[in-house]
Amino acid sequence: MRHNALYTILFSGAVCVVCAVLVSSAAVSLKQDQLRNAALDKQRNVLFAAGLADPDDKLDAEEVQRIFDNIRPVVIDLETGEETDIDPTSFDQLKAAKDPSTSREAPPNRASVQRLPDNALVYEVLEGGKPAMAVLPIEGYGLWGTLYGFLAVESDANTVRGITYYQHKETPGLGGEVDNPNWKAVWPGRRIYDESGDPAIRVIKGAAASAERAPYEVDGLTGATITSNGVTAMLDFWLGENGFRTFLEQFKEGQAE
Amino acid sequence: MSESYKKTLLDPLFESNPIALQVLGICSALAVTSKMETALVMCAAVISVLALSNVSISLLRNFIPGNVRIIVQLTIIASLVIMTDQVLKAYVYEISKQLSVFVGLIITNCIIMGRAEAYAMQNGPFDSLLDGIGNGLGYSTVLMATAFFRELLAQGTLFGYVVLPKVSDGGWYNPNGILGLSAGAFFLIGFFIWALRVWKTDQIEAEG
Repeated sequence: MRHNALYTILFSGAVCVVCAVLVSSAAVSLKQDQLRNAALDKQRNVLFAAGLADPDDKLDAEEVQRIFDNIRPVVIDLETGEETDIDPTSFDQLKAAKDPSTSREAPPNRASVQRLPDNALVYEVLEGGKPAMAVLPIEGYGLWGTLYGFLAVESDANTVRGITYYQHKETPGLGGEVDNPNWKAVWPGRRIYDESGDPAIRVIKGAAASAERAPYEVDGLTGATITSNGVTAMLDFWLGENGFRTFLEQFKEGQAE
Repeated sequence: MSESYKKTLLDPLFESNPIALQVLGICSALAVTSKMETALVMCAAVISVLALSNVSISLLRNFIPGNVRIIVQLTIIASLVIMTDQVLKAYVYEISKQLSVFVGLIITNCIIMGRAEAYAMQNGPFDSLLDGIGNGLGYSTVLMATAFFRELLAQGTLFGYVVLPKVSDGGWYNPNGILGLSAGAFFLIGFFIWALRVWKTDQIEAEG
């Protein structure tokens, strides 16, 4: 069918306007639900890392909120490890890491972390009103993309309580096994820092011995050496001096008081 | 339902399957078939986009200027896909996380453009609706069959339920790693096409 140029332009314009209206109204009307889902998903994963909930439980928003009554989100200064007065409910660490005014270029690291935020959002799990555990956000490159997760550390600032990843692009069945509950079950009880105070925990090739005999080792993921190394690298970075080491030292001191 | 409607709806399942006969939409068929759950949601997304895009393009077919028709089709398809993605993120967040970029890539799924251009531009809205659903189902048939074997053989589960307990979980099944990778889907789709052409010999291409 032949039409003149004006018709073509008007028709295309009309199609664009209608489509734009449809797309934006869908985006706007569903935004609240989406944000709620994303926030809930993150909260759930904090609980998984802390061992306060099981992924099979299918917790709804209310149950998550109830457990969260005993969790205190805190925005800390990464360099000093001190608590800041930034509101944790509106703080977005990923955004902060992208903004040049609230982040700096990360020193070279094997976890391929490009930018280091000045502040980080950590969760303190309270038991009887006192912090008993800290849940730290971790991220780093695996094989296909960045893995985002949480690591829960006991009040001695040295023993792992649990680990979980809430977002990754690893191959299902290979690197994707970071989601496997059996692999995650290997983590609790492992130690982070060696005598010199450096992060020593690592994912080895093959199976690790028990937490008593091989405190710094965790089972490797079969067929996923690069993902396994990525996990080691991100722990090394985030638990080291550029990451949460200062915070953890203070967290431990806070316990002694 | 009259014969011709039935034909429009059901032919794409085996007679002219978009993946097996026309070999369209392979990209997502490889990417989202490692688990049945994600494959199912992907199928639902593709069927709804395909049905809606066919209907809207068919309604507009007499008004779309010929020289910009592909762009118009693509605009409509892209809008539908973005809306689908938004709905998935709002209501099935977990699964949309796993489908990640592949919902967005429905835009470039050749089946949808192909049906818009080859069918909806020439036929009425109701026929186009049936054609859209039919082709979506044809795509889904291959996807679900592929996902069935991939999830079963690579992870020992179906829809997340353990069918073959893995050695690493204390069972006896030693999972097949290659089926966990996208390349594994190539083999399965190859077998599917082979089986289909043994059954329907008129689909075999002439040698030469």
